[in-house]
Amino acid sequence: MIKRFSALFIVLVLIFMYAPILILMAYSFTSATTIGAIRGFSLHNYVTLFTTPDLRNMIFGTVLLALVSATLATILGTMGAIGAFYSSRKVDSFISTMNQIPVVNADVVTGFSICILLVVVFGVSKDTFIPLVVGHVTLCAPFVYLSVVPKLKQMDPSIYEAALDLGATPSVALRKIVIPQIASGIVSGFALAVTLSLDDYFVATYTKPATFDTISTYVVNATKGAQTTIKTALWALSTVIFVVVILVVAIANLRADREEEGASA
Amino acid sequence: MHIFRFSRKTLGIPYALFLLLFVVSPLIVLFYYAFTNGEGQFTIANFTGFFTDPNTMGTLCYSFAIALVTTLVCLLIAYPVAYILAKSHLKKKSVLVMLFIMPMWINFSLRITALKEILTLIEGNLAYYPFLNAVCGMTYDFLPFMILPLYNTISKLDDSLIEAAKDLGANDRAAFFKITLPLSVPGIVSGVSMVFLPAMTNYVVLDMLYNSTYIMGSLIGSYFAAYNWHGGSMIALILLAIICAFTLLRRGMEDDDQTIGGALL
Repeated sequence: MIKRFSALFIVLVLIFMYAPILILMAYSFTSATTIGAIRGFSLHNYVTLFTTPDLRNMIFGTVLLALVSATLATILGTMGAIGAFYSSRKVDSFISTMNQIPVVNADVVTGFSICILLVVVFGVSKDTFIPLVVGHVTLCAPFVYLSVVPKLKQMDPSIYEAALDLGATPSVALRKIVIPQIASGIVSGFALAVTLSLDDYFVATYTKPATFDTISTYVVNATKGAQTTIKTALWALSTVIFVVVILVVAIANLRADREEEGASA
Repeated sequence: MHIFRFSRKTLGIPYALFLLLFVVSPLIVLFYYAFTNGEGQFTIANFTGFFTDPNTMGTLCYSFAIALVTTLVCLLIAYPVAYILAKSHLKKKSVLVMLFIMPMWINFSLRITALKEILTLIEGNLAYYPFLNAVCGMTYDFLPFMILPLYNTISKLDDSLIEAAKDLGANDRAAFFKITLPLSVPGIVSGVSMVFLPAMTNYVVLDMLYNSTYIMGSLIGSYFAAYNWHGGSMIALILLAIICAFTLLRRGMEDDDQTIGGALL
């Protein structure tokens, strides 16, 4: 009885979480302009999505921005984590505390404060993309830091020392010993950075050039307008993103399963 | 010979500088702008203005109401989900857990668009239930962020404690309220802090669902649109104060690896 009840509850919550997006996906393959209307099968939303220059630029720009900021954030965050981990306790906790600020801060405040510093005080033009990239790196790097630190803590320090004893220079030992051991933390930090940048609305809206749009800012503006062709093309975009996310999750899970099997065999 | 001796500590310098420049100094600038007027003179008018204007105080109350209700609804849905998932012995449990986390990786503006279409279909006109829609949208957006930390905490609980309680004569109910619930407080705290603050500031969810009432985030947005950096800075500062209060409350209530960032990884 309790088991059945909990299964029902789980299913209901899953329906709440997925029904809207699945219904939208189904409608993206029709020529309907509102949910609920029944129209025939059509791919015109997908044609619009991939042929409208505006939409294409926006998607391409968002992905490029995510990759660039995630890469910078990963380099900075990883170096910061290694540096802080081997520094004195005081320095370590100083850097960790500063690192925590963007994590707990509201995105609105982060975006607004970076806009004021760079655009209002230093007079950097938003058109240079510098405020936007800086904003996204600030948003993402702390999470890279947080995903690398636990891996450093799990590491056996004697291996690094052994490498030094055997004649490796510190930089060689770092590359050959430390980096490989924290690689999984770096990779998951990078992945997290990419998703944070892709999902961000607030930092982008306060720091982006007026002519540039990310998916989030574009969608938010589009819902205020009344352009139906764009609106339904965004349904197609939701479908594409949903499928991509499922594929990435499935591949990551399969690889994790295989590694587990390999470890237990 | 070596002018610059490589050491692991020095790796942290770029990141420390980055944090000082783009995380700490924006906050200092924010502070300066909040307490000055357009002529650069010191003033507390922004501060007193906020707390004496019935409109802004109303906004503060409305934000708190939305955040409180959203957090409660999220908690009431997420706790049973996390509990059932953590206690189930399904073979493919990781897939089920993944289903609850996956929406995090789909762009939130697209998900809210989907929700908006469904709500429009159900309610006919979104204008009838602005508060309900706002809470619904926020819950839809933030639910995974509540489920994840709760699941992490509950699945780490030691089952033998519950067995011991039962051996000592506690029934299921007593064992849950005396053992499981108190021990899952760290998860509840980090889940609450991941939902409450965004719910106070994420005004885009309201905008997209045609709820034109302001929350704290919308104030920053409107000051930004009016180039009023001083007023916006004061709102950002008040939000920062609320965040600080939260962080202090959270300290000591949770263990090291259950920080907000830790819960995301």
